[in-house]
Amino acid sequence: MSEPIIRLKNVNKWYGQFHVLRDLNLDVAPSERIVICGPSGSGKSTMIRCINRLEEHQEGQIIVDGVELTNDLKQIEAIRRDVGMVFQHFNLFPHMTVMENLTLGPIWVLKRPKAEAEATARKYLERVRIPEQADKYPGQLSGGQQQRVAIARSLCMNPKIMLFDEPTSALDPEMVKEVLDVMVELAEETGMTMLCVTHEMGFARKVADRVIFMDHGEIIEENAPDEFFDNPRNERTKLFLSQILH
Amino acid sequence: MDSAIPGTGRQPPRTETGPLGWIRSRLFSSPLNAILTILALWLLLMAIPALIDYLLVKPDFAATTAAQCRETGGYCWAFIREKHRLILFGIYPYDEQWRPLLASVILVVVIVCSCIRWFWKPFLGLLWVAALVAVGILMWGGILGLSYVENSRWGGLPLTLILSTFGIAFAFPFGLLLALGRRSHMPGVKAVCVVYIELIRGVPLVSLLFMSSVMLPLFLPEGFSIDKLLRAQIAIILFAAAYVAETVRGGLQAIPKGQYEGADSLGLSYWQQMRKIILPQALKIVIPPLVGIFISLFKDTSLVVIIGIFDLTQAAKAAVSDAVWRGFSTESYLFISVIYFIFCFSISRYSLSLERQLDQGQHR
Repeated sequence: MSEPIIRLKNVNKWYGQFHVLRDLNLDVAPSERIVICGPSGSGKSTMIRCINRLEEHQEGQIIVDGVELTNDLKQIEAIRRDVGMVFQHFNLFPHMTVMENLTLGPIWVLKRPKAEAEATARKYLERVRIPEQADKYPGQLSGGQQQRVAIARSLCMNPKIMLFDEPTSALDPEMVKEVLDVMVELAEETGMTMLCVTHEMGFARKVADRVIFMDHGEIIEENAPDEFFDNPRNERTKLFLSQILH
Repeated sequence: MDSAIPGTGRQPPRTETGPLGWIRSRLFSSPLNAILTILALWLLLMAIPALIDYLLVKPDFAATTAAQCRETGGYCWAFIREKHRLILFGIYPYDEQWRPLLASVILVVVIVCSCIRWFWKPFLGLLWVAALVAVGILMWGGILGLSYVENSRWGGLPLTLILSTFGIAFAFPFGLLLALGRRSHMPGVKAVCVVYIELIRGVPLVSLLFMSSVMLPLFLPEGFSIDKLLRAQIAIILFAAAYVAETVRGGLQAIPKGQYEGADSLGLSYWQQMRKIILPQALKIVIPPLVGIFISLFKDTSLVVIIGIFDLTQAAKAAVSDAVWRGFSTESYLFISVIYFIFCFSISRYSLSLERQLDQGQHR
């Protein structure tokens, strides 16, 4: 394995008295695609939110692309430039058009000229298959379209790593596929490192290099997807899979 | 998308549309509403004819003296003819009163310009600088062949406009910073802001004005004085800023956490987040209460009366105290009420239109 792009070493985190992350160790290789699953409250979202410091870990080390996450604001901003994030509830900016949402980061953070940022934005809107929505406001789009805009917004920053925090769980069922299709395409056509918290097992089988199962703040099991789904080793993994796969 | 197909469907029943339908549904939809409608009609019937009679029918428009006015009764227009310049410009030298008039017009024009979207460009700042310089020169004089008028002689409408314009212009950004400070994660900044806001909000404006005019000079070293008008202006700014801060804080709290996270995940710095993401949304939410603060600030400038500054209200009072025209306080106060109303109503209408403009396209 080459030098990991993300490395978690003995990461611990508490919410008050509640121990959410317990001694997490994880190495992610560049271009690796990881799906993280587990019951709700297992700490999977918290873990990926620690990677771009939306949450603070209290013990251990998180190193992203050679930079360790500390309280240093400059380092946090540097890491966030390289790490894109897609949220469950999209978190688009409702007062801006789709185009403005997409160009905000490139113009203000990467200091790109406006014309260049817009050209990039159009390219990615094309890629997520909604080029015609550029001048609309997020509120005028369907959930699936909004999530695709959110994916394009992250891509516009040209990140090395993409984090997906349950990207399809707030969507109406008929819109899940359009978002997953975009994500599959992204995984297959770019060499981007992806960490995805999701319960979409079809997606996991199709694109993941590794599936990680978490429970009670610990990584219980990790394996290649086929192995993971067909021969789960841990009892808790078996129980979880039996519950979501019916 | 156009989902309605023309030519299909029945017309709604007659009673539901047209003027009759409107009257039924809006005025007499229930017994209580019918009573309220009739009550409102009765009030209008009582008030409007009486007002017209008082203002337009009864008075003798040709009257020129107080005696003539008293004879006919009704609104004494002669009083306004006689005193309007005192009320509008206070004790500013009579022959120079074109200067405050022009200054007021300039102020109103730049304020109106600032309200129009087309002007929201960098040169608006230059326009303001130019306008304020012009207002300063006109009011003080002393150069360009204008005689010098010290600001203790300023008064009336221009003074009210100056106090409220500067009041809003400084209280708003100051209040914004206070609101951000109060939500800051730095305990020191937060404590200072909380103490400031709570202290100021716990004190009436009148006492702040008193403090600024009576107590402040006691603390200043001998021979060092800040102009009385400036002190009043500062008191107004400090006062309004605390209210602006609390209102804006309300707006900030209404912004979902996801907006901060979305902005964070793009790597935007704190100030970029505030400027581009959080404040535009928060301020839009608080336009109505914010405008309420500005309107009350405009009216509260009349409290400077108590420290002897000659604003519009004080001028109206002075006009009544003339022995020859004694007893026409209704005329005087009605006159300034109309002036206050015109300004406040304009502000309020503008805020409505601004809300509507900002709302466009953002909702389905």
